[in-house]
Amino acid sequence: MSKKSKIYNFKHEYLGRSVVTFFGLLLILITIIMVLFLASKGMATFLDNHVPLTQFLFSTDWHPERGIAEGGPVVGVLIFIVGSVLISGLALLISTPFSVALAIFMTEISPKLGKKIFQPVIEIFVGIPSVVYGWVGLTVLVPFVRNHFGGLGFSMLAGSLVLAVMIFPTIATVSADSLSIITEDYKEASYALGATRWHTIRKIIFPCALPGILTGVVLGLARAFGEALAVQMVIGNSIRIPGSILDSTINLTSIITMDMGNTAMGTPWNNALWSMALLLLLISFLFILIIHRIGRKGNVSA
Amino acid sequence: MRINPKATDKIATGIFYLVALGFIILLVFFVGYIIYQGRLRLNLNFITSAPVFMKAGGGIAPQLFNSVYLVFLSMLITVPIGLSAGIYLAEYAKQNRFTNAIRFCIEALASLPSIVIGLFGLLVFVTMTGWGYTLMSGALAMSILNLPVITRVSEDSLRGVSNSYKEASLALGATHWQTIYKLIIPVALPGLITGIVMTAGRAFGEAAALLYTAGMSSPKLDFTNWNPLAYSSPLNPFRPAETLAVYIWKVNSEGLAPDARQIADGSAAILIITVFVFNIGSRFFGRLIGNKLSGK
Repeated sequence: MSKKSKIYNFKHEYLGRSVVTFFGLLLILITIIMVLFLASKGMATFLDNHVPLTQFLFSTDWHPERGIAEGGPVVGVLIFIVGSVLISGLALLISTPFSVALAIFMTEISPKLGKKIFQPVIEIFVGIPSVVYGWVGLTVLVPFVRNHFGGLGFSMLAGSLVLAVMIFPTIATVSADSLSIITEDYKEASYALGATRWHTIRKIIFPCALPGILTGVVLGLARAFGEALAVQMVIGNSIRIPGSILDSTINLTSIITMDMGNTAMGTPWNNALWSMALLLLLISFLFILIIHRIGRKGNVSA
Repeated sequence: MRINPKATDKIATGIFYLVALGFIILLVFFVGYIIYQGRLRLNLNFITSAPVFMKAGGGIAPQLFNSVYLVFLSMLITVPIGLSAGIYLAEYAKQNRFTNAIRFCIEALASLPSIVIGLFGLLVFVTMTGWGYTLMSGALAMSILNLPVITRVSEDSLRGVSNSYKEASLALGATHWQTIYKLIIPVALPGLITGIVMTAGRAFGEAAALLYTAGMSSPKLDFTNWNPLAYSSPLNPFRPAETLAVYIWKVNSEGLAPDARQIADGSAAILIITVFVFNIGSRFFGRLIGNKLSGK
């Protein structure tokens, strides 16, 4: 190869190729740096403040500001974990049936309407900012719950309903994707045997798409778990485990959002907030692992 | 007695139609409610005047400007990185560990709650850099938030380009890179633009990642001073910059203005309208550029 063609190749191939490869590498670096930083900050509760991990995770004592005279600060975050689990769990229960039904409608019952109307409808729902969801929750849902179900209105129910609307696009889109790739052969075989459309949906289409639907459900759960402001605006933020769905409560993201601004860096209180952020990060990685598991299982049975 | 399967089928179909209709009603109600509630504030005065402390009648000019500027800056950072990573994944990536690692990282970043990304921003772009709450810190945090989305959008639109184009170009003796930037990117441009504008639209309403990076206050902006180095200049990226979405949240939780409710209503209406504009605009621009490139 002549020197000239080497330079030519460098300019017109290797340079560009190296640049894009570098940016691919950058993505990995950003992720690693992010995990390392959040981990080192989040570990302070355990390393500097010597809070036992079991106490942090399984204690409901949250007195981060207590003075030394009364026994020093205690940071048990079980209340927040339970709040997050209950609120997003209920949201999932509300949202899943409707989302899956919509996905089936879009793919099996009326693909034309699905593409022309519901695709854009879902996109608009995705685009609505979470504070707007929170704001409508606050001005419509909270008074509604107060007037029709009782209590203050600021409640786990209001939080779950807001989240249910917010996560339906995720569940519906992923489910619709997995429904649309089922081969026509299965359906035709079922119809040929005299099954009705509902029967085919229930016995053939739904089971075939189940791994994909579960993936959508887990993704929706991940989104619900990590949502901060919309939930914070409607759940009332009282630090307790709710006795009923009409009680006000709090979750991980809300306590972080509210307290991060008014605690000094390095205090046990502040450190506990960072540990909760680390917990959120670990949980979202756990969700990814679950999705991969589902994906692999789905491939085996197909 | 056995239930007639045909009747069951009809009932099931009816229920599916009902659910689908329900979603449309929900959307119409949702958007209609927000715009109706905010209708009194949808005027130029609200958009172009500054908030007033403890008094009614304030506007949202600085917040609106901050939102636009912050999204613009963050896109300036995200698009080159995301597009490059997308090119790598679509064109160069082999089936190996490195590629898998990138894909895993994209997935991991995409799944992170935005508040966690905001806290990372607080740690690195606010505290470690010593900048404090600045528009730049917010833009950087938002860049990380959007990076996985832009990378995916880029990879998908580049992969959508027909192989026959690529083969023709390679057969004519062009290198792979020349093929990418002379042919594949231009052909994929409409899809890229649509995806980028749509992501920008979503970023416009983001608040959780910005609370502790861009901050919850905005200094008095002097809209006649466009020197980016002056503190009161709107263009200065190193000043606290509360965005519109953050403002809705703050007005609600602090409520220092007597007309907090109306301000939030108006801001929510403007956010929703912006989302619509971005949504429709992205398709329009994508098509416009597509038509231009194909010579229509």
